[in-house]
Amino acid sequence: MSSRELILGRVRAALADVADDEPASWIYDRDADEHSRYARAGSRDPEALAALFADRCGEYRATVTRAERAGLGPAIAAACARHGASSLVVPTDLPEAWRAPGVEWREDHPSLDVHALSGFDGALTGCAVAIALTGTIVLDAGEAQGRRALTLLPDLHICVIGEEQIVEGVPEAFERLAPAARSGRPLTFISGPSATSDIELKRVEGVHGPRRLEIVIAG
Amino acid sequence: MRNEFAEAARHEVANSQLRANIRNATHTIRAKREEAVAEVPDWEQLREAGRRIKERTMRNLDRHLEQLERSVTAAGGVVHWATEAADANRIVGDLIVGAGAREAVKVKSLATDEIGLNRALAARGIEARETDLAELIVQLGEDRPSHILVPAIHRNRGEIRELFRRTLPGNEQLTDDPAELAEAARRFLREKFLSAKVGVSGANFAVAETGTICILESEGNGRMCTTLPEVLITVMGIEKVLPRFADLEVMLQLLPRSSTAERMNPYTSLWTGVTPEDGPREFHLVLLDGGRTKVLGDADGRAALHCIRCSACLNVCPVYERTGGHAYESTYPGPIGAILTPQLTGFTQGNSLPWASSLCGACYEVCPVKIDIPSILIHLRSRINREVDGYGGGGERLAMGLLARAFARPGRYERAQRFGRWLSRPLTREGWISRRLPGALGRWTDVRDLPAPSAETFREWWAQRR
Repeated sequence: MSSRELILGRVRAALADVADDEPASWIYDRDADEHSRYARAGSRDPEALAALFADRCGEYRATVTRAERAGLGPAIAAACARHGASSLVVPTDLPEAWRAPGVEWREDHPSLDVHALSGFDGALTGCAVAIALTGTIVLDAGEAQGRRALTLLPDLHICVIGEEQIVEGVPEAFERLAPAARSGRPLTFISGPSATSDIELKRVEGVHGPRRLEIVIAG
Repeated sequence: MRNEFAEAARHEVANSQLRANIRNATHTIRAKREEAVAEVPDWEQLREAGRRIKERTMRNLDRHLEQLERSVTAAGGVVHWATEAADANRIVGDLIVGAGAREAVKVKSLATDEIGLNRALAARGIEARETDLAELIVQLGEDRPSHILVPAIHRNRGEIRELFRRTLPGNEQLTDDPAELAEAARRFLREKFLSAKVGVSGANFAVAETGTICILESEGNGRMCTTLPEVLITVMGIEKVLPRFADLEVMLQLLPRSSTAERMNPYTSLWTGVTPEDGPREFHLVLLDGGRTKVLGDADGRAALHCIRCSACLNVCPVYERTGGHAYESTYPGPIGAILTPQLTGFTQGNSLPWASSLCGACYEVCPVKIDIPSILIHLRSRINREVDGYGGGGERLAMGLLARAFARPGRYERAQRFGRWLSRPLTREGWISRRLPGALGRWTDVRDLPAPSAETFREWWAQRR
């Protein structure tokens, strides 16, 4: 008997007390039961969401700035200047308007090798959705985001978020992310820069991932 | 009854530096967790949703595992099944050798610690490099993890500096500033990440519906290990499966706040099979039984499999706080370890652990998926007394049998009380029994003073008032 059959057989034997016709997945019926009816949608307006998001991100020591869509170039240039970054690696479908003058741009095409990626001062991307309550941005390898290594190896990540991409809580984000997950795209949730609390539970920002995170909210 | 836990704990409890490190750490994180949880108005609803998702999943585990296998395979991954530790270790070793590699970078994983993967690989000449900072500290120090979340919690910064100076080349001038220590680890591991051919991870969750694997981490080492190598191998216990993608929205609200007391951990990675031009070209998922089906077979102990490894129960446990993790002699210490270890090993290990608890119930209160740990502890005490040699022996059984008879009728109970009062009179000094009692009873008085039975029982007092 294969290990597969052996394990599945053991599972079925272990569940002898469970009726065969029991439904296979817990169907979420919020209206039927108040005990597990958690919040699925928030009530804040877009302005309040952006403020909350900026506040929560700031607590992770990410730098958050806001800019008009027309003024994104200068806002990104200012973010680069704050960190002395002069070379940025970007996904091929990065909007033209984000390319600030005075910065060296390099598209990740054909795919750069890991040492080359490591050599850039920073990476600039968009994101798929942002969660206000937890100060999280989520990348789903979609528009203006590129592959995962892009935002991992350079020491600075600059991420542009459209105001309409900010949702209040985690469940709303999952609703928006479901199509990407179903089509097999990788998702990365980012809440502040890389950090560790492994030594005496003292938080240290920056271990292996980017040590600095700059977020620009475009409204 | 032999109490392995008490014997192991004796050594740990005597180490005052260790106790100070652990007390400091558990109290810090406990307070932070309370704050993080208090700001979530629907916390109790989320806990109940988490409990129900896990319960439903376990009750149909075979179907979810089959669906997970189909989804992962459809997404270009390969699924392997491992009945026990040795199988899983062999599969992982074969995959690494097959990829033409002699080393692998690892993300912190309890499942691979449980099966002793690093040792098994070393025996085949394969180096498994731990990349989580705390796991690296444990590995370099040839030490054992003592906490699920922060395995090096028993080490302070001075000890870590000494270790890094000794084992990481070029760090002779290192200070004990945590930021500098983390920087030393970053430099040491950077080139290993960039050149690694194989990455090995565990899994926090796996979604049957989509075939998506999910890991939560802080440092970015998890992203490195799951993104950069050509081959990625994930070892996960079969209980980690979730039916639907949307179930993650509950778990990702419960786990970070319970675990690191953060609103969200810095990085959570989700991947599905292989993605062209993005990440590993090969993905292998090793599904591990390793005793989990034994746990599943006990309808009253099954909920131990609901655990999402947050470690909140360790941080609030008065026993863990004093002994630390090593005394549990298991990958899973603390209250969750006390119910998981004996069940996973089919009562061949950790049988004294269900007694390593005061049954205060703090673990149940903080558990994000509402595992009723105290009830399972009592259930296991009873099972171990019935089923395991050396437990529930003659004297204890006789005493409990007599007590059960005494409690069965009011008259017997009153006579037993009067008998106890008469028996204790010669031992009582100023209301306390503090001299060593004879025989086995001495094990009680060795560590505790016993209040003497009062001169008048409640029942006598009540009878007079009427």
